[in-house]
Amino acid sequence: MKVIYILWLREVKKYLRSRTQIVASLGSPIMYLGVLGFGLGPIFQKAGQGSYLQFMAPGVIGMTVLFSSMFSGIALLWDRQFGFLKETLVAPVPRLFIMMGRTLGGATVSIIQGLLIFVICFIAGFRPISFAVVPLAILFMALIAIVFAAFGTVIGSSLKDMQGFQLIMGFLVMPIFFLSGALYPLSNLPTVLALLTRIDPLTYGVDGVRTALTGVTHFGLTADALVLVAVAIVLLSAGAWRFSKIEI
Amino acid sequence: MIRVDNLVKRFGELTAVDNISFEIKRGEIFALLGPNGAGKTTTIKMLTTLLQPTSGSLELDGLDPTVNRDEVRKRFGVVFQDPSLDQDLTAWENLEIHGVLYGMPRKERHERATTLLKLFELWDRRDALVKTFSGGMRRRLEIARGLLHTPRVLFLDEPTLGLDPQSRNQMWTHVKSLNQTDNVTVFLTTHYMDEADRVADRIGIVDHGRLVAIGSSSELKEQTNTESLEEAFLALTGTTIRDESADSADTMRQIARMWRK
Repeated sequence: MKVIYILWLREVKKYLRSRTQIVASLGSPIMYLGVLGFGLGPIFQKAGQGSYLQFMAPGVIGMTVLFSSMFSGIALLWDRQFGFLKETLVAPVPRLFIMMGRTLGGATVSIIQGLLIFVICFIAGFRPISFAVVPLAILFMALIAIVFAAFGTVIGSSLKDMQGFQLIMGFLVMPIFFLSGALYPLSNLPTVLALLTRIDPLTYGVDGVRTALTGVTHFGLTADALVLVAVAIVLLSAGAWRFSKIEI
Repeated sequence: MIRVDNLVKRFGELTAVDNISFEIKRGEIFALLGPNGAGKTTTIKMLTTLLQPTSGSLELDGLDPTVNRDEVRKRFGVVFQDPSLDQDLTAWENLEIHGVLYGMPRKERHERATTLLKLFELWDRRDALVKTFSGGMRRRLEIARGLLHTPRVLFLDEPTLGLDPQSRNQMWTHVKSLNQTDNVTVFLTTHYMDEADRVADRIGIVDHGRLVAIGSSSELKEQTNTESLEEAFLALTGTTIRDESADSADTMRQIARMWRK
């Protein structure tokens, strides 16, 4: 327990100390929010869907959590050769604890990032149905964070070098974001796209956050939560297994 | 303290370690020398439970690192070739995490960290972030960390690479004094012959994964009929330069160097 805690604390401390990184990582969500939110707003309104900002803000929160948690996992690749990870791998503790500490730390940082974006959305004009639903939204952010931190861990433990990184970014992280329904409604999509959005775990995360904050839902909160928990269990097991196989 | 018997490690076609056997006594300082790619680091990785040998047997303090993994891990400290400190944490925090990972009680952890930081002349900088440290200070901190849980064996894989002569000299003085006071067995690799000559009780020379000679510095000189350890080394391993093909770790090392500036 103590081992998991101290490794979790390490991730959080590192995050809180890197002010520039915090600001930098908020850049792209703010851009999406500003450019798309206000740029596409009028069309969305004309199509009779109401406020686009209100619709996409939960999506941008989901995206922030996705990027930040996925990277914390993939950073393993770097960390195991030149960083602190090597030190933990020769310590007399089960690798599972190390993986848990790292994953939970990365997830916590992602939730903080998501909350910062929530505040920015609020300043931009986004209004949740009430503030009492914020804890529920945080729960869904936590689920997204754990799913993708674990996914990142699977990738980070499996890749051999940095060359695979661009590939992962282009063919995995960006599609996960664009297919999640963060930017467009899921109803009336072409069949292929509809199918792809349904196999993307982030879809359920974004739907969960959106339902919690705005009351508009596609799958319903229970279905969202069940899918995310199931995916989290699968990915955490896979992550733990891959992590235990790391040889340096 | 350490026994290596017919150790072999293959990576696909490549045989990195080819049937090596040697023994290291308790309290001894042993240096493993060899050209690039000779198998020094691979041997250390197997002894420190990071790699599984292809065949052969290993023993550290009477235990098998491939079987009693955690027990063996408690008994050694290691400083890797690549830095493994957390640069965004302070010196004290780095030691603190190490202590927790090794299950040390709080009081013992703090006492030991204080002693070692003072010994390695880092006490005044204990609350500074590691990224503000010089190369020599980082190395000293890594050694202090490796010794925190009072291991019986200390592995040092090219610990003085990139350090100036002053830092190297100071580092070896510390290591040598700890070896004498605490009776820690030291297993080191280096490219600097003068270091091995100065600190090591016995020296093993590996080339192409094989152990080509073992003995004290004077024994090696006698055996090859040479004046200095450097000459003995060249006589044993030849003068051809080893051009290793760059592997993925090398590529990443280059990128890391670029980013650290």
